[in-house]
Amino acid sequence: MEHIELFFKSIFIDNMIFATFLGMCSYLAVSKKVATAVGLGAAVIFVLAITVPLNWLLDVYLLKDGALAWLGPEYAEYDLSFLSFIMFIATIATMVQLVEIIVEKFAPSLYNSLGIFLPLIAVNCAILGGSLFMQSREIQTLGLAFNYGVSSGIGWFLAILAIAAIREKIRYSNVPAPLRGLGITFIITGLMAIGFMSFGGMLTGGDEEKTTEQTVVVEPTQQKVEITKEAIDIAKNEKEIKE
Amino acid sequence: MGLLSKKDIKLITDPLADNNPISVQVLGICSALAVTAELKPSIVMAISVMFVLAMGNTVISLIRNIIPPKIRIIVQLVVVATLVIIVDQILKAFAYELSKQLSVFVGLIITNCIIMGRFEAFALANNPWRSFLDGIGNSAGYGIILIIVAFFRELLGSGSLLGFKVLGDSIEKTGVYAYGYENNGFMLLAPMALITIGIIIWVQRSRNIALIEN
Repeated sequence: MEHIELFFKSIFIDNMIFATFLGMCSYLAVSKKVATAVGLGAAVIFVLAITVPLNWLLDVYLLKDGALAWLGPEYAEYDLSFLSFIMFIATIATMVQLVEIIVEKFAPSLYNSLGIFLPLIAVNCAILGGSLFMQSREIQTLGLAFNYGVSSGIGWFLAILAIAAIREKIRYSNVPAPLRGLGITFIITGLMAIGFMSFGGMLTGGDEEKTTEQTVVVEPTQQKVEITKEAIDIAKNEKEIKE
Repeated sequence: MGLLSKKDIKLITDPLADNNPISVQVLGICSALAVTAELKPSIVMAISVMFVLAMGNTVISLIRNIIPPKIRIIVQLVVVATLVIIVDQILKAFAYELSKQLSVFVGLIITNCIIMGRFEAFALANNPWRSFLDGIGNSAGYGIILIIVAFFRELLGSGSLLGFKVLGDSIEKTGVYAYGYENNGFMLLAPMALITIGIIIWVQRSRNIALIEN
């Protein structure tokens, strides 16, 4: 049950593009045609599915506070979490290089169509972001980590597929000159994000889930700045009224 | 170190408007959208990126002749990751609340396309002083967009700037609130960041016709 909940949550509610804006650069750059968008989206799902569980293993058995206890009791107080960034990015770069070699050997047509984008996935915020969110949300098991990787990838894939399809459709529309290309894409993405917010009530059917979501996105400071809290209340009220 | 010649000044001023990393080069969008719900984290983020980019550009430029081409990306990643770890630890030590608010986006500076983009496009081919200036210029351009977006989002969304209530007190109904004005809580949510940047691009390209795409 937890798996299904995490799966749908990561695709619709915590969508990598619409809720946390990860991977926007390649999202904006590659979404001019549906075919390349599909290729890049599939590559992102693949890389996330491999790197998130691997980084989970690294985090739990090497980096977390007290993670080294399996080596011996004297290592139990070591906290190597400050090395997370460099270990995660190293794993990701290695895995992407490996995937590139395998794809070149076994699926050369796919390799040619992806072109420069496969190596560029290594520095895609979505990949590192997936691992970092996995760490900050303290995903509990390897299966859940794999689930999170795949579903985040599917969410990203959905977003880039949608925007590519829309951009193809509006190619002959009468967009004002200064908005052409980049500007209108931002605004359309914003509108899609508003649409995706409607999924917020999907799993629990109540405000609890949405408030947590607000906290993840807005993140009020722990000093309890009243304004921000009050703003969240107003947003919550707006949602309640909308329902 | 050299003088600040005209070409050098251009390195700093170009990215502020005509070659802005976010609205023209389309780099560094992710963090620009995520942290701009309030002004203070945006300023801190801009300063962090400035440190990482300026220092990183200089370091890469200093070692540009001894990096083997095959492991170029790995060397760049190591330099950036180290600098970001330093920034992250400093933030955790001196501004813990803020670092909790920025959460994973400090780590995501590593994959901030501006940094790798400038390494590849500039630092690998220019001397350290010019690379340093280029780093300052591009991060300043990035910072400006961040601050503009955060300014509007915080002002319209919570009626405050840097935590100070500038429009009056919404509970006591003083200031502007006495006339019935209410905070637009929606500005604090994700989609409005996207639309705000879309509008900024609109304004920028109306003023500078050369940037319009076909």
